[in-house]
Parts: sequence; structure tokens; C-alpha cells
Amino acid sequence: MRSSSHGSTRVKTETIHIESRTERLSIVREFVSDAARRAGFSDEEVGKIALAVDEACTNIIKHAYKFDPNQDIAVSVSTEDRLFVVRIRDHGRTFDPSGLQPPNMKEYLSHFRRGGLGVHLMRSLMDKVEYSIVPGTTNEVRLTKNLPQ
Amino acid sequence: MSDFRVALRQQDSINVLELKGYLDAHTAPKLEEALQGLLSTSRYNIVINCRDLSYISSAGLGVFMAFIEEVRKNNGDIKLTNMSPKVYNVFDLLGFPLLYEIFKEEHEAVTRFFDKGKATPITPR
Repeated sequence: MRSSSHGSTRVKTETIHIESRTERLSIVREFVSDAARRAGFSDEEVGKIALAVDEACTNIIKHAYKFDPNQDIAVSVSTEDRLFVVRIRDHGRTFDPSGLQPPNMKEYLSHFRRGGLGVHLMRSLMDKVEYSIVPGTTNEVRLTKNLPQ
Repeated sequence: MSDFRVALRQQDSINVLELKGYLDAHTAPKLEEALQGLLSTSRYNIVINCRDLSYISSAGLGVFMAFIEEVRKNNGDIKLTNMSPKVYNVFDLLGFPLLYEIFKEEHEAVTRFFDKGKATPITPR
């Protein structure tokens, strides 16, 4: 399952499938935290990665699957070169927030808006957030963090 | 399954909600219900004590956003206290200290309701 490399630990690809229900979020957080810890991240960084993945899965449950609780979300973790990579795949409605500009938080907050903060949070917590979409087939969000030195 | 609990108590006529555990999209409705309960009985002076809050995601932050307008319209406020650095960091990343008064200790937030000049909210630690 793992082998040492460059002072941090290599994690081979591991995948978990969950149903698209919010009560499964804690399972995903534990799964990702465990892998991130083994890859050598500090508790603080592990927490950030788990939160980013929670936000991605929450968005899928809400927006891609519109709270249909019986759909599939696949979460894979691996280390690739000097990177820790989490891939999250769904087969729901396509939403590509790549073009979304970071919100002006002062303006956002002054209007007491609710929701829509997940994407911004994911970008703040991870080094890279990328979307790859095959319309009508698969949506994938790829969250990347540089491995600790 | 995420474990999350909300407990209500009164402190010098201020309504204190103590949060415990993991606040995410699954458990946020519990906090929503607790705040709704306070507002439906016209209780608008609210302190949220986060001492035992282990985790918060944007779904949890969204609950505070949902109620703050109505609370302030009624001359009340939601003040937050006793956050761990980890939880504070999430609030801070999204700029929430601009909108909410956050205190190190609960008594400072309670005092603030009575004497607006004295206790000073913390800035990022």
C-alpha cells in the first residue's frame, strides 16, 4: 500500500465509493485524512485537504445530483511525483466553475449571501483545483497539494 | 456518521449555544433548527461558543449567514467565541471576521452585549 520516497511516503492509488448523501461526508474525510497523514502531511495540512474534499463532495451532492441520495461518488487518492492528488468523480449534472472569479469577500459578506463558498474555500486550501468534464458522462475535480519537503 | 450537538443555556440573559463535534452539510440543519428556535421566540442576543467544535465546513458557515440579517434587524447579534485555531482559520479564510465579532472567551462576548465599549473582538491569532 505504501513505500517511502523523498522523506514523505508514497501512496498508491486508493479509491472509495460513497452514495451521494451528506451523512457519508465523514467517511470521505476519514479516508482522505488517513491517506494524507501517511503521505507525510502535518495535522493542519491534513485538515485542509479533508475540508477541501468535503466541499467538493458537498457540491456534487447538492448541484450535480440535486440531493438524489442513491448516486455514486468516487474518491481516489494517490501520490504522483511530488504531489498528493485527490480525484473526485460523479456522473451528475455538469458544473464547471473554472471560470468563476474569487468573490470579493467584503462585498459578499455585506450582502449576507449564503452558500457558494465551497469553490472559493477549495481553491484557498489546495495548491491546485482542476475540472475535467466529459459532458453527459463524467465530471472530475482534481485537487492537488504539493507533498511536504 | 458525523457527530454534532448543540446545547442552549442562558448566561446573564444572553442565549449561549454550545457547539460540539463536526459541523458539515449533514449536521448544519441541527444548528439551523437551534437558531430558528431562538428567533421564533424573539431571542436575538446570541453567543455561539465553539470550544468543543472540532470541524466546520462552508455549510456550517452558511447557517450563520442565513440568520445574521434577521438577528441584526431586531437589534441583536450573533457573536462567536472560543474557536480552536483550526476552526478560526476557516472563518478567516472566508473573511468572516469582517462581519462577525469573534472573541477568545465567552464572557467577553456576553459583556459586549451590555457594554459595547469594553471588550474588544480578537483579530486573527
